[in-house]
Amino acid sequence: MNMSLIKSFKHYSGLSKSGINNQKTSTFGDTEAIGKGRFWSIVSVITLAIVWHFGSTLGYINPIFWPAPSTVWQQFISISQDGYRGFTLWEHIWASLYRILIGFSLGCLVGIPLGFAMGLSEKVRGWFDPIVEFFRPIPPLAFIPLVIIWSGIGERSKILLIFFAALWIMVIAARAGVSSIKLNKIHAAHSLGANKRQILQHVILPNSLPEIFTGMRVAMGVCWGTVVAAELVAANSGVGYMIMVASKFLATDIVVLGVIIVGLIGYSIDIIMRKIEAKLVPWKGKS
Amino acid sequence: MSELNANHISMTFDEPNGNRVEALQDVSFNLKQGELLAILGPSGCGKSTLLNIIAGFLAPTSGAVLNGNTKLTHSGPDRGMVFQQGALFEWMSVAENIAFGPKMAGVASEKIRHTVDDLLETVGLQDFGDKAIYELSGGMQQRVALARCLANNPDIILMDEPLGALDALTREKMQSLVLKLWKETGKTIILITHSVEEALFLGERLFVMAPRPGRIKQEYYLPFAEEGLTKDPRDVKTSAEFIAKREEVLSMIWGMEEEIMGNNQAVGL
Repeated sequence: MNMSLIKSFKHYSGLSKSGINNQKTSTFGDTEAIGKGRFWSIVSVITLAIVWHFGSTLGYINPIFWPAPSTVWQQFISISQDGYRGFTLWEHIWASLYRILIGFSLGCLVGIPLGFAMGLSEKVRGWFDPIVEFFRPIPPLAFIPLVIIWSGIGERSKILLIFFAALWIMVIAARAGVSSIKLNKIHAAHSLGANKRQILQHVILPNSLPEIFTGMRVAMGVCWGTVVAAELVAANSGVGYMIMVASKFLATDIVVLGVIIVGLIGYSIDIIMRKIEAKLVPWKGKS
Repeated sequence: MSELNANHISMTFDEPNGNRVEALQDVSFNLKQGELLAILGPSGCGKSTLLNIIAGFLAPTSGAVLNGNTKLTHSGPDRGMVFQQGALFEWMSVAENIAFGPKMAGVASEKIRHTVDDLLETVGLQDFGDKAIYELSGGMQQRVALARCLANNPDIILMDEPLGALDALTREKMQSLVLKLWKETGKTIILITHSVEEALFLGERLFVMAPRPGRIKQEYYLPFAEEGLTKDPRDVKTSAEFIAKREEVLSMIWGMEEEIMGNNQAVGL
């Protein structure tokens, strides 16, 4: 593709940079000037698909190691029609998603108030700081053996693991959110006659939303990793379970299908969260 | 009619390295209802500390501040505060920011709406009520900060370098707005500034403070604020008296700097 062709494609596809950014001459290191690169994202995905397709059909890639896209697609059709190991594809996906949503929500429900309390009270911070800092670096997967002993391989064990994965991240995000407030704002609220509860509700809480959202996005990613890994070890449904069973039969097409599903759902969740963030925290990075 | 009294305020604190800093030493003054006091001084002279004590965010080591007969120990809605920048609530619209004080006090929403509309007009932001804070320029944001403070109808307005972050032209316009609000509302105002010109132009009274220990070095009563209400600000600021005062105050502050740094270093600058 020559440059003018790329340029006109970018222009007509609505993916070109707009306004003054298009006319800047020193763009290296100028993050605004380099744009979002959506065009190149599309090129990247298409290129990968082409390499995958031809690599397989021309015999460069051994299907035992990495199956052809057509095989994966056929597996996708057949599993979504007939199911796999007693559950439909959607039930497997929903099983993983459900565990994440419950565990993640519980993590937020406990973690955010705890983080707030740690940000606002010396006593709470002192009590919980060693606990949080001790558990935070431990990968939740290290608890799998314990969790299985405590609550078997049912739903509870997975939800507990995901809860652990989300909890520490949310505690730290909420605490950072509280300490991100400028003293000016608190003083202004005081001198406008607000009491402690009002300052918490109308000033500290909304001010911490950007950090809390960042924390939620990070936690969501970690939760996906944790649920799939937990299902690999102990489960009878879920995308991770699907991958684990398929690997025992060397069914790499199903393994790859599972990997793609995990990637796509993780990506979609992040896009949704970014949209919610833009809606709820429009001032982020603008003050 | 209430009077603000600062009685023998001293403030000392210990730095982490063990040094004892005397931020304020025996500062006393009376401020009548409706007076506009400007406080000027080099950095480290304790002017922000003084303002924070009056606002009730700091407790003095000794001495007291009285509003009428009430001793002021905590911050309260009787003393409104306008900061240099960054004290508006970005998650609220312009109108919601202005409504904050009355809303927290539980004023009826119909009444709040009237107050907000009136104030938007007073500060010249009629059509900006629904705008987000980050959509406004720095000067407009300070207009919102002034309106938010006035919405609470405080006895005293404390301004901590409210125009310090603005460009020269916006700053001049805002100075006129401060004078206009002062005249229209009859509020007592204490304004801290780094700018000699601004202090002379806005201060009906002016304290020049000196550092180490922080104290009031010189007090002036000035005619320029009154003149600024009727005359063109440029004419006031270029009048012979104004320029003479400006030079007087400037050389006083230079004198303090030299005292601190020693003659050699000051000349070396």
